[in-house]
Amino acid sequence: MHKNIKIFLWLCVVSLGVAAICAIALNRGESISALWFIAAAACVYAIAYRFYAAWIAATVLTIDETRATPAERLENGRDFIPTNKWVVFGHHFAAIAGPGPLVGPTLAAQFGYLPGTLWILIGAVLGGAVQDMVTLFFSTRRNARSLGQMARDEIGPIGGAAALIGTFLIMIILIAVLGLVVVNAMKHSPWATSTVAATIPIAMLVGFYMRNFRPGRVLEASTIGVILLLLAVVGGGWIDHNESLRGLFDHEGLTLAWVIIAYGFAAAVMPVWLLLAPRDYLSTFVKLGTVTLLAVAIIILQPHIHMPAITQFTDGTGPIFGGKLFPFVFITIACGAISGFHALIASGTTPKLLANERDIRMIGYGAMLLESFVAIMAMIAATVLEPGIFFAINSPAGVVGKDAIDAIAKINSWGFAVTVDQMNQLAKDMGESSLFARTGGAPSLAVGMASIFGNAFGKSMLALWYHFAIMFEAIFILTTLDAGTRVGRFMLQDMLGNIWPKIGLTSWMPSVIFTSGLVVAGWGYFLYIGVIDPNGGVNILWPLFGIANQMLAAIALCVGTGILIKSGKFKYAWITGLPLAWLVIVTTSAAWQKIFSEDIRVGFLAAANDLTTKLMAGTLPSEKAAVAPHLIFNQQLDAYLTMFFVLVLWIVIFDTARVTLRYLVGKPLLPLTEVAHEPSRLVEDWVRD
Amino acid sequence: MLKRIKHLWHILRRLTGDDAYDVYLKHHMEFHESSLDAPAALSRKEFFKLWQDSKWKGIKRCC
Repeated sequence: MHKNIKIFLWLCVVSLGVAAICAIALNRGESISALWFIAAAACVYAIAYRFYAAWIAATVLTIDETRATPAERLENGRDFIPTNKWVVFGHHFAAIAGPGPLVGPTLAAQFGYLPGTLWILIGAVLGGAVQDMVTLFFSTRRNARSLGQMARDEIGPIGGAAALIGTFLIMIILIAVLGLVVVNAMKHSPWATSTVAATIPIAMLVGFYMRNFRPGRVLEASTIGVILLLLAVVGGGWIDHNESLRGLFDHEGLTLAWVIIAYGFAAAVMPVWLLLAPRDYLSTFVKLGTVTLLAVAIIILQPHIHMPAITQFTDGTGPIFGGKLFPFVFITIACGAISGFHALIASGTTPKLLANERDIRMIGYGAMLLESFVAIMAMIAATVLEPGIFFAINSPAGVVGKDAIDAIAKINSWGFAVTVDQMNQLAKDMGESSLFARTGGAPSLAVGMASIFGNAFGKSMLALWYHFAIMFEAIFILTTLDAGTRVGRFMLQDMLGNIWPKIGLTSWMPSVIFTSGLVVAGWGYFLYIGVIDPNGGVNILWPLFGIANQMLAAIALCVGTGILIKSGKFKYAWITGLPLAWLVIVTTSAAWQKIFSEDIRVGFLAAANDLTTKLMAGTLPSEKAAVAPHLIFNQQLDAYLTMFFVLVLWIVIFDTARVTLRYLVGKPLLPLTEVAHEPSRLVEDWVRD
Repeated sequence: MLKRIKHLWHILRRLTGDDAYDVYLKHHMEFHESSLDAPAALSRKEFFKLWQDSKWKGIKRCC
């Protein structure tokens, strides 16, 4: 293409992007079309990918197309396989995109649509995507080593240990909070519960099919599985209307929590082929299908956003979680903007498939942009709801009151119009008994998605769409829960294996049961406390998860920055150093507030003290007094856990700073562990057919 | 057109691991068939077992 035309086209993209962002940011009217969000996101991503990512790839990392990747050098036909870049992109995206980008933006919408949207866009292009790409690159140059190994080899043993412990703890918190999201979506909903329950035998059937009946026929088996899942959504509606059957699936949150805990243990002990692997296929298909469908529906329908750009809750009084806009919007939206967890996939898993270094930009940077786009769509789905309805669904009973009339009065007093009749009608349309105080983000996201799908593809099936959306969220939350428990088990076996080698044997059943039990007990405890907490639990667990995840991101960025400096690229180290500095500020100030804030809805210790005082004075209602000692202990535990996260973070920072200083004054360092250059034998394009 | 559909189908199979056994057989033919004491290729069922188990060793899913 002629150079001038190119310049002109990019100028158009820039102008459209600026116009869209101005439209979003300056709108103070009644509502705004969601198309502006899509346009803003598309332009920001395009510009960042074409210029910033390309510059990083060419100038900072100096990607070398002629250099053989680990997949080529260590090819073994099984895990090291040079693979077509679109296929690697698909694997990488499916691995990084979980429920996080759906839940975070939904919760952060309490501040209005603007803060979350801006952070998703800016955080992704300057932080998250850079972290993913840089980690992928460094791991590729180091025979696909994991983040923990790279931290140990390049920074030092302390950094390595911190990364390992950080990963393990984040896993525990993540699984607990995701379990809580599912429990809250299934609570007293026979339709949702029976549909989610049906996914387990369906996954087993698919597992059996591809293992024994028709070995390796993954596509066949998955197609059958997806059809069965859709039937399960319809069947759930039938069960919901059947008086004798619906009682079987109508349960309290606590019962469901115990079921999830038992399920998690069973899934971690069972062989992967029976449940984990087939469920993963199904969830990946459903996830990609639904996300595509949502994008198409939003583009066709162009729904209007009803949430104000900024709400009064930026002052820290929000009902969904306490805390001011800064720093809490930045830890509430972790996945979708920047997520430390991605560094675990980008190191170790994905580099084993990478055929050529030039694919790193598309896979590392590009897949994160797509995940960020998923977060934008979740933000749209949350904010198309009338704000009154959004807050009625997401505000815990502990904040607005158990009674529908009290809750409505409270929400109206904030200036958001909604009536009891409106909520009852909505619940009826969605096939639920009540939509009040359905915290966790999943129900409100499902209502948002159902109304978008309902408008695009026919309104008569709202209840079906709602439960389809719940099934969609639940199926991959459960996949993360299974996979996470299993990974936690492996890590624990690995760690304990240093003390008693026999426990490190992943096939020794007593060790499997013992370590799985420990991991399940870990997240099960937090899940249990979350369920009995009258404020819904999500308000405690999600910030904890956010802090942990951003801590891991900071560790990954430390490793990236450290390696850049050691490679003599000090002048470019800001590409990871700036997001790192921002994350350190955000994580540390969020952690500080979570521990020491006087506000009982923010500070763990303040909340514990407040409950203790009330318990001593006997002013708590009896049902609350019964659980108060648990809650007090838990708040204190959360405070110590947060302190621990911050401590780990600062240890890694100081270790990186030490490495940097030694480099600057010319003292000896651990050597770079980059594998020597070996020319690629893969001739142009034969591998990419 | 037909070629393009074929290509998409190929990508889909590769993406899902539907053709993992074919890829393995090709690799086996290229790298092991030539040596005399080469082990025989695994059967589809044996291969799938190994493949599936090794796929789930590390961190595969995140938040």
